[in-house]
Amino acid sequence: MTASPKRLAGLQGPLPATAEIVIVGGGIMGLALAYNLAVRGQKNVVVLEASYLASGASGRNGGGLRQQWSTEMNIRLMQESLEICGAFARDMGINVWMRQGGYLFLMRTAETRAQIERNIALQNRCDVPTRLITTDEARRIVPELATDQFLAASYNPTDAVVFPWPFLWGYAGAASRHGARIYTDTPVTAIERRAGDYLLTTARGAITAPRVVNAGGAWSPRVAALLGLALPDWPARHEIMSTEPLKPFLGPMVSVLESGLYVSQSTRGELVGGITMHEPKDNEKSGDIKMGSRLAFLGAMARGLCQVMPLLGEVKVVRQWAGPYDLTSDGNPIVGEASGWPGFFLCCGFMGHGFMMAPVVAKYYALHLLGRETHPLFDRWRLSRFAEGATEAEGMIIG
Amino acid sequence: MPRKLILCRCEDVTADDVAAAVAAGFQSIEEVKRYTGFGTGPCQGKECLVPVALAVARASGAAVETLRPFTARAPLSPTALKQFAALDEEPESA
Repeated sequence: MTASPKRLAGLQGPLPATAEIVIVGGGIMGLALAYNLAVRGQKNVVVLEASYLASGASGRNGGGLRQQWSTEMNIRLMQESLEICGAFARDMGINVWMRQGGYLFLMRTAETRAQIERNIALQNRCDVPTRLITTDEARRIVPELATDQFLAASYNPTDAVVFPWPFLWGYAGAASRHGARIYTDTPVTAIERRAGDYLLTTARGAITAPRVVNAGGAWSPRVAALLGLALPDWPARHEIMSTEPLKPFLGPMVSVLESGLYVSQSTRGELVGGITMHEPKDNEKSGDIKMGSRLAFLGAMARGLCQVMPLLGEVKVVRQWAGPYDLTSDGNPIVGEASGWPGFFLCCGFMGHGFMMAPVVAKYYALHLLGRETHPLFDRWRLSRFAEGATEAEGMIIG
Repeated sequence: MPRKLILCRCEDVTADDVAAAVAAGFQSIEEVKRYTGFGTGPCQGKECLVPVALAVARASGAAVETLRPFTARAPLSPTALKQFAALDEEPESA
């Protein structure tokens, strides 16, 4: 006889009539927040996911964890996120295939180098050991690189990659064990404000809660629109591909700053990577969430990859897919209570980098909601900064 | 059923692995793919999708005809990067 297995997937039954906190969106942000609330004793946390866990960007990203950012806020947050990720397998009892092989950013122009030098100085002040290195040194780290086209590289050996999927099972399972309830295939179709509470309508019934967190990622503008709240973030398709598995050869995640190309080798041996592809300008902010794949992406990706590492030409692509980035005009997220909507909280606009940010953001979000501690991110990344013109642009958005 | 019955040969996913995924609450083919990794290797599900679907149905009690296959991914078969690199750059379509 075996012990009953741990439940990791979402629930399917009818919803409870009330909750203390309803989180809309069962991606990494929503699940990590549910866990961080529940583990600190918050009762009656309910997560509503429109599809299955890992169906959105959290199940479609490249799994990169880096500290090479251009603002102190993001650098320090990612330092802490990486620490949480390093302990995740032990704390959550699930293997996330984390590999700390570093990140190597290649650059072509003096203009990029000047910006990166400023970033590195800031990173070093935060004790992130990034260095600007010569192309010869880059080739010693990755001998397969064709570096004559590049000016220099920045290298931080403590950045890492993970396999995204088990992170979701880890957070979902642990949140459930601490009493949070996660419902899948449960799209929210209406949200109304009623006597200080929010009433959310779903196919599994209605649920009322004094506090709601919109962690819908690229879907967050649609969730807020149910309430009549217009959010300034917008979805953008990002495509990605995976090759056949190869013997381990590639230590760091390799990225080219000017093209947005990135590629890493997973612990399964596959090369996983993407490259910036622009939508036609007239279609850029249509609000449509597109997850179709294009042959043009494989062409651009293959050209970019073969230029950086020519010997990869014979390596076979096994599959391509796409996921939505959740973009904002200053490259920073939108968090905190929406002014004019007491009890309605935002946790979105993470620019395609929400996966790596979630472990630390969810911790501070839980402390904020519990009234125990607030973090400067709630001021810096507030929704009203757009209207006030008080933005601080983040320059290290890749892909 | 033997414990080591392999259903997905690319990723070594066994019948037991599929049953464990269903027991952990994963009911759909898309979820079982993500939990077990089945169908993510070189065959991309062409060999294993039907046997896994039957195993999911057996473990969950669902009628197999109610299960939807996972989204098929391009390319149709593993294809060298140099083939894609040789494509003409074309205007992007929506």
